[in-house]
Amino acid sequence: MSAYEPVIGVEIHVQLSTRTKMFCGCELSFGDPPNTHTCPVCLAHPGVLPVVNEEAIRRALVIGLALGCEIAPRSIFHRKNYFYPDLPKAYQVSQFDIPICGRGEFTAIREDGSELTVGITRAHLEEDAAKLTHEGGRRAGAEGSVVDFNRGGTPLVEIVTEPDLRSGSDVATFLRQLRQTLLFLGVSDCSMEEGSMRADANVSIRPVGSHELGTKTELKNMNSFRFLERGIEAEIARQERILSEGGRISQETVHYEPETGHITSLRSKEESHDYRYFPEPDLVPVVPDPAWVESLRAEQPELPVPLRRRMVAEMGLSAEDAEVLTESPELVEYFMQAAALADPKACANWIRGELRAQLRETGEEPWQSKVTPAHVAALVDLLAAGTVSVPAAKEVLAGMIQTGDQPAAVVESKGLAAMDDGDLAAIIAELVAANPDQAQQLRDGKDKVLGFFVGQAMKQTGGRANPQSVQKLVREAVLGE
Amino acid sequence: MIDESTVNHVARLARLRLTPDEQQVMREELSGILEHIDAIRAMDLDGVEPTTHVIAVENVLRPDVPRPGLSRDDALREAADVVDGSFGVPRMD
Amino acid sequence: MSLRDLSAVEQIAALEAGETTSLELVDAHLAAVEADDVEAFLAIDAEGARARAREIDAMPSRPALGGVPIGIKDALSTRDVVTTSGSRMLEGFRPVYTATCVQRLQDAGAIVVGKTNMDEFAMGSSTENSAYKNTLNPWDHGRVPGGSSGGSAASVAQRQVPWSLGSDTGGSIRQPAALCGIVGMKPTYGAVSRYGLIAFASSLDQVGPFSRTVADSALLLKHMVGRDPMDSTSLDWPGEIALPTATDMSGLRVGVVEELMGEGIEPGVKAAIEASLRTMEDLGATVVPISLPTSLSGLATYYVLAPAECSSNLARFDGIRYGPSVDADNLLDQYEITRGDLFGPEVKRRIMLGTFALASGYYDQYYGRAQKVRTLMVQEFAQAFEQVDLLASPTSPSVAFPLGDRTADPYAMYLADVCTIPVSLAGVPAISIPCGLSDGLPVGLQLAGPAFSENRLFDAAHAIEQAIAFDTRPPGLAT
Ligand SMILES: [Mg+2]
Ligand SMILES: [Zn+2]
Repeated sequence: MSAYEPVIGVEIHVQLSTRTKMFCGCELSFGDPPNTHTCPVCLAHPGVLPVVNEEAIRRALVIGLALGCEIAPRSIFHRKNYFYPDLPKAYQVSQFDIPICGRGEFTAIREDGSELTVGITRAHLEEDAAKLTHEGGRRAGAEGSVVDFNRGGTPLVEIVTEPDLRSGSDVATFLRQLRQTLLFLGVSDCSMEEGSMRADANVSIRPVGSHELGTKTELKNMNSFRFLERGIEAEIARQERILSEGGRISQETVHYEPETGHITSLRSKEESHDYRYFPEPDLVPVVPDPAWVESLRAEQPELPVPLRRRMVAEMGLSAEDAEVLTESPELVEYFMQAAALADPKACANWIRGELRAQLRETGEEPWQSKVTPAHVAALVDLLAAGTVSVPAAKEVLAGMIQTGDQPAAVVESKGLAAMDDGDLAAIIAELVAANPDQAQQLRDGKDKVLGFFVGQAMKQTGGRANPQSVQKLVREAVLGE
Repeated sequence: MIDESTVNHVARLARLRLTPDEQQVMREELSGILEHIDAIRAMDLDGVEPTTHVIAVENVLRPDVPRPGLSRDDALREAADVVDGSFGVPRMD
Repeated sequence: MSLRDLSAVEQIAALEAGETTSLELVDAHLAAVEADDVEAFLAIDAEGARARAREIDAMPSRPALGGVPIGIKDALSTRDVVTTSGSRMLEGFRPVYTATCVQRLQDAGAIVVGKTNMDEFAMGSSTENSAYKNTLNPWDHGRVPGGSSGGSAASVAQRQVPWSLGSDTGGSIRQPAALCGIVGMKPTYGAVSRYGLIAFASSLDQVGPFSRTVADSALLLKHMVGRDPMDSTSLDWPGEIALPTATDMSGLRVGVVEELMGEGIEPGVKAAIEASLRTMEDLGATVVPISLPTSLSGLATYYVLAPAECSSNLARFDGIRYGPSVDADNLLDQYEITRGDLFGPEVKRRIMLGTFALASGYYDQYYGRAQKVRTLMVQEFAQAFEQVDLLASPTSPSVAFPLGDRTADPYAMYLADVCTIPVSLAGVPAISIPCGLSDGLPVGLQLAGPAFSENRLFDAAHAIEQAIAFDTRPPGLAT
């Protein structure tokens, strides 16, 4: 047991998937040739002015409501002044002391089922910087960087948490479920690889039992939750090592290298940051109409974490089922439609199990495939009625994936209906006669041997035998039950 | 009186390279101006709200509808250095 | 009498009557613009102006502004026409877009003949801070035209154009109008879109007209006001700007700002203002003294707020996306050398002052306090306008001063705006009209009203203009 307790807070930048940028009408794009989505405003030409994208405000409110934030009755924008080539105005229009979303909290569910509640300090709106690439050149021969302003001005919501987290794995759990929640809200693509969701962690440690905060370091911009988790653990270990050797932590930005597992310090700037925040005179206050806020609250979808609780409590799903099925809003929707028509637990099993396994070959997601939720429900019903056996049902599924036919039609066309007991009884009689040793074992009370008969029966019938029926008929034939 | 290190710090924040002469003149001139400005530091402003916008307007928002922007040629036409369709900048160190 | 002696309203009437053509007007004015005896212009677009004149002349019916020439302060962005804001930082810069107010005037039939000289980035009160040249006062070529819109003011006084656009942050339209003996108007903050106005201090900047008659200023403003989707702080104009017709001021209460009639006001200026107060009484106005004590803190407040905003607004000039840049092999040098070399001394001074006022540890003492003083100023003006309809004061404490007289002492230069700054901080409209001479140089009368009282201001100014019948022709200007 370590003598230190880690204290971690995270800052998450989420790019909103609006059609246009935060303060100008340029279309958002990803992967287009550089500088093909710009205008005088996002290039900060002399004389231009920002105008707020209404949809960005709406999405910020939607996020704030989902995080239980207090919605500011009136919020304003500030200028955050600093020079960098990816920031064409040399200030970022952001929010400072009156963010649109104030205090809230978010609860995630850990793998062991326990709950992890993280305080939200704020969620505010700002604009993204442009893309700076450290290659290319200024003047032949000299190294330099190049700037592409396509991304510059993309609306961002920055979510800042309280330092409530205590481990890298909790951070990963929190971020995964936060990301899921944002996906459910439909506000962002939340792609870590494409940078539409980026997380930084502030990490410090303190002696167990202490309530003071230690000096924190900032772990920057990891492009996967797994690396972030490992980076945090590595940083905690590094800080513990320093403190236990009597050293001091210096406030700096650090970087985790996933390949080596090493933490490196980004050279701390000789000049302390002084952003000279002041209220943006070019923008007027945002005062969300309370009726609008209430309607947004009413329109909130059921979010993944509460949904998972309900799936377990009311629908008889395992915690794992619930976790898997809430992976994406599309999957939830798919499952819910099936579960409304047939046994939810069976639907859950078939969707997360066999259906996804079979679809792996085509690379489709269930909702993209020819198999509708109603098809799944019908298949579950056929199984429950004993019309098809489990192995046959898997074949039916394969047929549906190919043709999109109703399961009953696939059963019909492929002749997969379970054999009726009369036909099966004749086959069983032959099997018992042909395998006297196994029959004797059953008489001796070795029930396990039933599996042998089921297997043989399946072989003989091409999978059309209902395993329950086989067991019943073998018992009748051998034991006279 | 504003001191030399403050002048240098502020010049760095503002990304202005000043010659030693300029630094000296700036120090004197800023100090002189600040003496006049200091009048407002003596005023009783307790309970007075700051004014950011002199005309009270709220919620000026733009629908999320794309507008035509600049061609790449127009975007880059005034740039000092263009590298494969991007703006070139010197190395950072 | 030459075409250049006509007011814009008269030129439009002559066009409508078929007595002249737009091309003829443009040519007549271009001749004076190209001669440029007072160094008012930085760029001339003769070809563009003539082409547009021919286009308008060919139209079946003339647009509202007929095809009359106009000069535009170089702080306003004009597509493809070099726009420098008086700075080497934008030497040779050809904007990719046109300012909304300029576009509106062009759409209404105004023809841009060129860009006028100004103090660099509109910082100054004499146009001597232009990186390119000094503009001369048409009344005395040894004196400044005022600033920062000195080129726009001088060009109208010199009859190179009947009217022009300027921008006013702390007095940059009204003060040069006063010093050049013409009309200049700063509208209500938000009345005219700032989109395309190269920002100096965003919370104060406004675009407005210069002209030799009050009616011309009203006509120009009429075609500029109104909300612009590109400027969040622009306002819907309630009703319409009307051309003034009033010949008296009966029923109007005029408050004379006591604090702006005392120490620091030249005797000759004071005498001319007092004479115009008597004229106002003769026109039926009630003139009463009124006190605006916070206006004494106006200068100090302004010289925190405006530099602070400018330090941020001018941070974008780094030589990367536009403008000349000094070649450097690392980024910090690129920033510091480009900005250190290409900004002039006054701009650097204000950037330094503003950066200081916003810096951590100083914000509350300076920027934060200045914003609060501004609140008091706004309240004081609001209370004043419960008692009076208009406020009167000198526009400038002095007449035009000699070139070079104040360049060595920044604060002495700042004092030129002592009468105009309180109005700017309050965000209300004000007009300056010539009201007499002092030692042969024009004196400006400033009238201010509450927000959106432009029509009232134009009417009162028109009545005074008719009564005083000031001759706007500078003595040296050949007829
Ligand atoms: Mg941020
Ligand atoms: Zn844009």
